[in-house]
This record gives sequence, C-alpha cells and structure tokens, in this order.
Amino acid sequence: MSALAEGQTGPRSATDAARERTFGPLYSRNALAVVSRGLMAAKSSTWLILVSGFFEPVLYLVSMGVGLGPIVGNVAGPGGQEISYAAYIAPALLAVSAMNGAIYDSTWNVFFKMNFAKLYQGMLYTSLGPLDVAIGEIFLALLRGLLYATGFTAVMAVMGLITTPWAILVIPASVVIAFGFASIGMGITSFMKTFQQMDWINFFMLPMFLFSATFYPLSVYPQYIQWLIQAMPLWHGVELLRQISIGSFSPATAVHVAYYLVMIALGIMLTTGRLRKLFLK
Amino acid sequence: MHNEATRSLSTSASFQMNPPPVITAENLTKSYGELTAVDGISFEVPAGESFGLLGPNGAGKSTTMKMIGGVSQRTSGKLSIMGLDPETHGPEVRAHLGVVPQQDNLDEELKVRENLIVYGRYFGLPLSYLRPKADELLEFAQLTDKAKSRVDALSGGMKRRLTIARSLINEPKVLLLDEPTTGLDPQARHILWDRLFRLKEQGVTLILTTHYMDEAEQLCDRLIVVDKGRIMAEGSPASLIREYSTREVLELRFGSERNATIGAELEGIGERVETLPDRVLIYAHDGESALEQVSARRLRPLTSLVRRSSLEDVFLRLTGRSLVD
Repeated sequence: MSALAEGQTGPRSATDAARERTFGPLYSRNALAVVSRGLMAAKSSTWLILVSGFFEPVLYLVSMGVGLGPIVGNVAGPGGQEISYAAYIAPALLAVSAMNGAIYDSTWNVFFKMNFAKLYQGMLYTSLGPLDVAIGEIFLALLRGLLYATGFTAVMAVMGLITTPWAILVIPASVVIAFGFASIGMGITSFMKTFQQMDWINFFMLPMFLFSATFYPLSVYPQYIQWLIQAMPLWHGVELLRQISIGSFSPATAVHVAYYLVMIALGIMLTTGRLRKLFLK
Repeated sequence: MHNEATRSLSTSASFQMNPPPVITAENLTKSYGELTAVDGISFEVPAGESFGLLGPNGAGKSTTMKMIGGVSQRTSGKLSIMGLDPETHGPEVRAHLGVVPQQDNLDEELKVRENLIVYGRYFGLPLSYLRPKADELLEFAQLTDKAKSRVDALSGGMKRRLTIARSLINEPKVLLLDEPTTGLDPQARHILWDRLFRLKEQGVTLILTTHYMDEAEQLCDRLIVVDKGRIMAEGSPASLIREYSTREVLELRFGSERNATIGAELEGIGERVETLPDRVLIYAHDGESALEQVSARRLRPLTSLVRRSSLEDVFLRLTGRSLVD
C-alpha cells in the first residue's frame, strides 16, 4: 500500500489493486505474464524452427532403429530384459529430444533476448522481479520440451516400441529432464557475450548426445570414462527414461530423479542471481 | 512497517498544505570502480512537479534515473521513492513508475497494440482493464491506425511515442523520461512535448533528463544542472537565468582567427565577455546598446545577433563548457 493509494476515495481502480499486491525484492508472483508474452510472440514466429529440433531425434530413431536394428538384433535392456535395438535407443533419443527443446529455448532464444532485443531490461523496469522473468522463461522452455516429448512418444507408439502402460510416464519425466537443462542453460547463457562463446554449448552438447549410453551400454567404456559419463546430466535422463519405458525400476531410478531435482534448484538459483547481477546492478 | 510511517507522514504533511516529496535523494553516490558517475547529489521532488536533470553526456543523469527506477544499486547515500527504498522494494517501487529509457526497448516480436497489453501484464493488470486502456493510449500517442503494425515498421518518432504510451499503461504517479526527444526531428519533438505537457496537466510527476536547454525550458518547473556527477545549480529555468546570466546576450563572430584575440578589445562592454572557439558572447542587460558600443570601438564583426539568455548560458557560466558539443 502506498501513500498515494491511501489518499484516494471511491472504488479501487485496477491499477491500485495491482500496486497493492504483495511484492518481494526479487519476485512479484507474476511469472505468468512472462509466459503469456512468450506464447504471444511464438504466434508470430516461424514454426519451422520449432519443428526442426523435434525431427532430429526422430530421424536418428528411424535410421538407427529401423536401419541398424535388424543387424544388431535384440539387446539387454534395464534389469537384463531382452528388447529390440529400436526400443533400446528410443527412450534415450526421447531424453535427447527433451534436452534439445529446453536447451534451444533457454540458450539461443535467451541469448538473443538478453543481448539484442533488450527484452529483460524492459521487463525489469516494470514490477516484475528477476525471479518472475527466470521462472517464466524456463517454463516456456519446458513447454517446448513437453511438445517435443509428446510428439516423440507418439512416434514411438506408432513404431510399436511401447509395450507397457508405464511408458506414458516418460512424458512427465521428459519435462523434468527439460526443466533441468532449461534452468542450467539459461544461467550459463547469461555469461555468454558473443556468438563464438555460444558455440561452446554445441561443443559440449554433441559429445554428450553421442556418448551418454544413447546407442550402446555404458559397459563398453573403461571405468574412469564411465564415471565421467555418469556425472553428466544426459546419462541420468537416458537411464531414467529407459527404465520407465519398460517399467523396470530400481533404486537407481530415485538417484536419476534426484540428480535432476538438484540440477533444477541450482539452475534457478544461478539464473535468478545472474539476472539480478546483470540488470539490477 | 513503512506503511505506518508513510501514513502518519502524509497526514501531518497535509495539515501544512505541503505534500511529502515523491522522491528524496540524499548524498546519492554511484561509483563504477575508479569512476564516480554520481557524486553525492541531493534533491527533493514534490508530487506533480516537472523536475529536470540538465547536463552534458556523461554527467550522471541516466545513472541517477536508473537508481530511482531501482535497476541500478547506489554505492552510498539515501534514496526514497514514495516512502520506499527502490533497492529493497524494487518491484513495488516500479509499480508506481512509468519509465521511458534512453533507447527504445520495445518488444519487436509483438505488434504495436500487443506491446501495450503485454507490458501491462508485467504490472499484474487484468485484460479487462488493459484492452480499453491500450486503445486509449494508442489514441493519445496518435498511433491508433498502427495498432496492428509491426514495431520495426514504425518511424523513430512513432517508436518514441509508443514507448511513452507503454510507460503510461499502469497510470504511473511518476514518469521517468531519459532524454525523451534525443534523435527526433523538430516536428516529432513538438508533438512529444505537447503530449508530455498534457500529462503534467493531469498531475503526473515528471522526472526528465535532457541536454537540450529548450526542452528543459519548455517542460521543467524546476531543474538541477548536473556536471561530472555533481549538482552545479538548482532552481526554475527563469530563476537560474536571472541568477547566472544577464537578460540578453550579444553573439559576435569575427572569424576563427580573430575570435581568440578579440576578447581584450571588447573588455568593458556588457557585464561579462565569454570567448568561445567559434564566437564571442557578450552578456548584457541591453544587447542592442552593447552592439552600439562594439561599433563605436570600430570593431567589425562578420555577424552579430542579440538574443535572450538561455539555460545554455547558465551552463556555460557554471562549467565553462557548452552543453552539446
């Protein structure tokens, strides 16, 4: 409540009501405004960009699963169960799909909005706090991750790779994976100043995609490489979705989920702190 | 807690017919490492006043504006906006403010009208309020027929008007304008001044920075002249001119070679002689009679001009430099 609002008589106006909300120093409970802005902007943006990130893992699934699958034959899935090669790599590629969607939105899109469109600068001149902006933008990235994951799961179903009702849980699990990548991705992007630096993100993502037990089991590596891979976020996503896809759970499932919960928390803290440092200096 | 304080303050102040200041700055300082951009400035702005910060580029005007908006943290000193510290109550303070930044940062991914609606959403305002308000503001900014245009299709003046319209979406009590007309052609500037004058009539407190003296004279009830982060003078445009300059100024040009040496020969005419690289200024109560004295000394300027004193002269007197290089 403000001195000016106090002095007024008559019915409370919409602007006074908006001013009398509860505000925090970093958060004004209005991340929804950031989300609706993103959706409105997406209306006018090109859909081609949106779908390109979706097709990449689908193409891998078709070429590897259909093409390479018959040569490889059946492989041992989680818990030692025999599954087709396509069913083995499909959940891994789903994790990649969720990661791609989240990373695309939270890195390249955020980089542009931060450095060229000056979008966040404008937002932080309103009664939005940096946490509203961070939550809103990360949520938009999640939405893209959810879209990709749902599409990819549908492709899996069409290819006959879904054999258990448990498999429907891969969709919410993909969102958790996207959440982890989006929150960390946005925080890291806030350090980037040039396009060359943005290329480092790809430099990190491609090997992670190829080597995180996506196409073959972790056991092919020597022990120390295994530890390195196991420290990476994508491996946890791959394993988590692989377990869910055939309904084979173990204590490791909880570890994978916990990995992402920590990643999400750290990412949001990093992003909010960085937005504050960059725009409220 | 601060609500209680504000309430009792406003009650006691209204008894004296003297509303509490909307903005109070005390020894406000901002340093970037070695550089001190704002060096201990103090001022108060009462509600409804149009208050200007006049100074050259790099004087610390924009930094002061950013601190008022709570998007730049001060190094030391005190700052209170409507009884709140923008550093600890950023979103709450900004709920009362309208901000027109130096560079337009309109949302280019959205259409003109969408820009207003979305910006209003950032303030937590409902669509039932925003839809008619956006149309009203488009009318005010003379952009009604551009409502569905893309932002990048607008001219510089239109973008500026849209930025101002956007800043009014939450019916701010205080409007911060950082060099509102820099880079606009004369016609666009006059349209903008007219719009700002209407806001002032509606009782909106205007805080504006400018390095255009004519803008300051047109819009400001009171202003501070800022140079190198410090306040050089404070007052209404008329009182500053009265205090620091004469009623009239005689401008003489002798050509760049002679300008430098002519000063001594003009000694004694008017109250003060100022020699600039391109011209000589003689400050006098009566410019015409000063010109007659110049002729009487058989000095023949290439051109001569008698004009009223302006804030430019005040600035020159205070700092020895011109406002716009």
